[in-house]
Amino acid sequence: MELNCPLPVTEAEYILLGHGSGGRLTRKLIDEVFYPAFRNPILEQDHDGGVFAVDKKRMAITTDSYVVDPVFFPGGNIGDLAINGTVNDLACCGAKPLYLTVGFILEEGFAIADLKVIVNSMRKAADKAGVFIVTGDTKVVERGKCDKIFINTSGVGVLDDDINISPAKACAGDVVICSGPIGVHGITILSTRESLGFETSLQSDTAALNGMLNELCGQIKDIHVLRDPTRGGVSSTLNEIAQTSHVEIEIEEALLPVPEVVRSASELLGLDPLYIANEGVVLVILPSEVSEEALKIMRSFPEGKQAVIIGTVKSSERASVKLKTLFGGRRIVTMLNGDQLPRIC
Amino acid sequence: MKHLYEYRNSEQVKRLIQAIDKVVLNPWNIMEICGGQTHSIVRYGIDEMLPDKITLLHGPGCPVCVTPITVIDKAIEIALKPYVIMTSFGDMMRVPGSQFDLLHAKAKGADVRVLYSTLDAIDLAEKNPEREVVFLAVGFETTVPLHLTAIKEAKRRKLTNFSVITSLFTVPAAIDAILAEKDCKVDGFLAAGHVCAVMGYHEYHPLAEKFRKPIVVTGFEPVDLLYGIYQCIVQLENKTGKVENAYQRIVTEAGNLKMQELMKEMLVPADQAWRGIGKIDKSGLKLADAFKDFDALEKFGASIHTQDIETITQTRCIAGDIMRGNKQVADCPFFGVKCTPEYPIGAPMVSTEGVCAAYYSYTNFKEQAWS
Amino acid sequence: MCLAIPGKILRIDNSVPDLKMAKVDFGGMIKDVCIQWIDANIGDYILAHAGMAISIVNEEYAKETLADFEKLAKFN
Repeated sequence: MELNCPLPVTEAEYILLGHGSGGRLTRKLIDEVFYPAFRNPILEQDHDGGVFAVDKKRMAITTDSYVVDPVFFPGGNIGDLAINGTVNDLACCGAKPLYLTVGFILEEGFAIADLKVIVNSMRKAADKAGVFIVTGDTKVVERGKCDKIFINTSGVGVLDDDINISPAKACAGDVVICSGPIGVHGITILSTRESLGFETSLQSDTAALNGMLNELCGQIKDIHVLRDPTRGGVSSTLNEIAQTSHVEIEIEEALLPVPEVVRSASELLGLDPLYIANEGVVLVILPSEVSEEALKIMRSFPEGKQAVIIGTVKSSERASVKLKTLFGGRRIVTMLNGDQLPRIC
Repeated sequence: MKHLYEYRNSEQVKRLIQAIDKVVLNPWNIMEICGGQTHSIVRYGIDEMLPDKITLLHGPGCPVCVTPITVIDKAIEIALKPYVIMTSFGDMMRVPGSQFDLLHAKAKGADVRVLYSTLDAIDLAEKNPEREVVFLAVGFETTVPLHLTAIKEAKRRKLTNFSVITSLFTVPAAIDAILAEKDCKVDGFLAAGHVCAVMGYHEYHPLAEKFRKPIVVTGFEPVDLLYGIYQCIVQLENKTGKVENAYQRIVTEAGNLKMQELMKEMLVPADQAWRGIGKIDKSGLKLADAFKDFDALEKFGASIHTQDIETITQTRCIAGDIMRGNKQVADCPFFGVKCTPEYPIGAPMVSTEGVCAAYYSYTNFKEQAWS
Repeated sequence: MCLAIPGKILRIDNSVPDLKMAKVDFGGMIKDVCIQWIDANIGDYILAHAGMAISIVNEEYAKETLADFEKLAKFN
């Protein structure tokens, strides 16, 4: 069939902001640009970090870069975020995070006093998570070549031999646990944007989850998947898992832990909390038989106090994520398409 | 949120479904005009819950979807000028012009910013006196007073570096055009509650009489929508065709008179092209001569003549037929395959509230791209 | 078209001529809304669209409509 249409159906030949939003465009970039070049068995685990063995000792390694506007926000700053994010990525591999590296890209003119504040919060966050920052790097670029400060952190951790966590391991009969309220970080960041200008009492949920996750992995041996739903939100993360594991994941609208303010802000801006970023939340997928035990462990930690089951995993010929609505209907939940933008329609 | 969540109550939804089930005897096609209603219907699965006898058709009421390509192209052309800050609602950012959309223009170096409200553009213009701040002002009657208030405020602050590209549509003319079609399948209308909050519903009486079809002013939440559908079905089964108001807590017959006065003062009716549908006489609004200083197209010498605007009749995209109620999304060969929210072909795939985008996000009955 | 959400007026600001503004509480989120074209008072629920109040929520009708649904259920 010939497409005779006045509109272009060409794909972007250059990078759009949406390529960094953690949704479908990010996935496309990984699949079409990075994987073909870098492909190897460890990378293809498709995990938050790579897991490998050195002298029979299993290790995990991960890296992440942090760019956030504003640099300081209610509940934290780019420094906390850079430590907690990398710690969480290691913990989601089932690893005990040990050592981190830090790379700074600083914009000419950035206040050293601000840098000190950021660095001190990094130190505090590292202490809290029980990791050491063991090496680092600094680059300064001309004014306008970066936005105040960009931070890259990499981390390594060690894994017990009996841990086998992977986004490919979700299977029928599993349940999905969400460790806490969703959408808080994303809405907090949006509330600071001058162009949107609204006030809430929200604070970013940025937190290291390794204490809780390491305990969980120590107590329960058959955890299948751990994943922190950061960019792209819960829906994009679940879609990735469903795709990698070739299963259907069904979540229930009535069970989703969406705080009132997040819900209100989402209504007003026309956003869906399922696509909003989180920085202190983890999704745990494990067999339903051990779910009560897992909930008990998670709820004994402050960051998992509000942990709840939000859905189940089913076998299916087609990988997908479905939502059971408040009225009992079912609808598809897709990956994020580009960035979510506030809308009037 | 008070006055919102009550209308998402599943008990109320069940009751209304039962009530509709009891009154419906014959097959009926009901069209909701507004894209926001389409979005709710698909998101909450309301079409699935209704008895099979009722078919919901999805109308053209999404200003983002029906803004002509030519207008987007002009906005992009102006946005690419180095001293311009192009602003608009988030919805407009991904609407493709003939080459690309505003987000791509941004990637190419244009200063494009998403704002929550037109009023925010006034502050931006004041803070950036050396730049020209342009707002791409799309909307139906609901949004029009906001744009006009911003222009008035810019005038009061004596700002000469603020202007708007208007793409303004009116609902009654569109309903008239849809009903006047020879093969029109629509038996009854749900009128858009938020348009009516501004305009009232007195304009609809002549339409209901002329075509002998019920028009029910309806809200956006599941319970509101079902209540509107219920009233529409009762009328259809009783063979009446009048205007009713199922959204009384928000809408009055007269509407918001102050806003209507503002619109009379600052706007004149104009012929308007609708993307995917074509030109509809007197279905749009443009700035009156006294406010031409705020018309970005005048300022940049880039005026658009209605006759220049393409009507997209040569395409196989069936958007026009869908928005007129002649075809369903399921009839489209491109849906979800060649036409997706990232790379839309037709207007209704463009905005998140366009009917195709709503179906894509929430039901996606064809294969997803990656599976 | 036209996402519009109800919120409660907390404060009214008359300082700008012909641009009456209000702080409005939308379920815990506070935002500035223009209320120039409606006759609203503190405590009223208004319907806001992109930072512009287009209508006041009529509490009586809201109650009446909800009561109507109860009746519908009984008749059926």
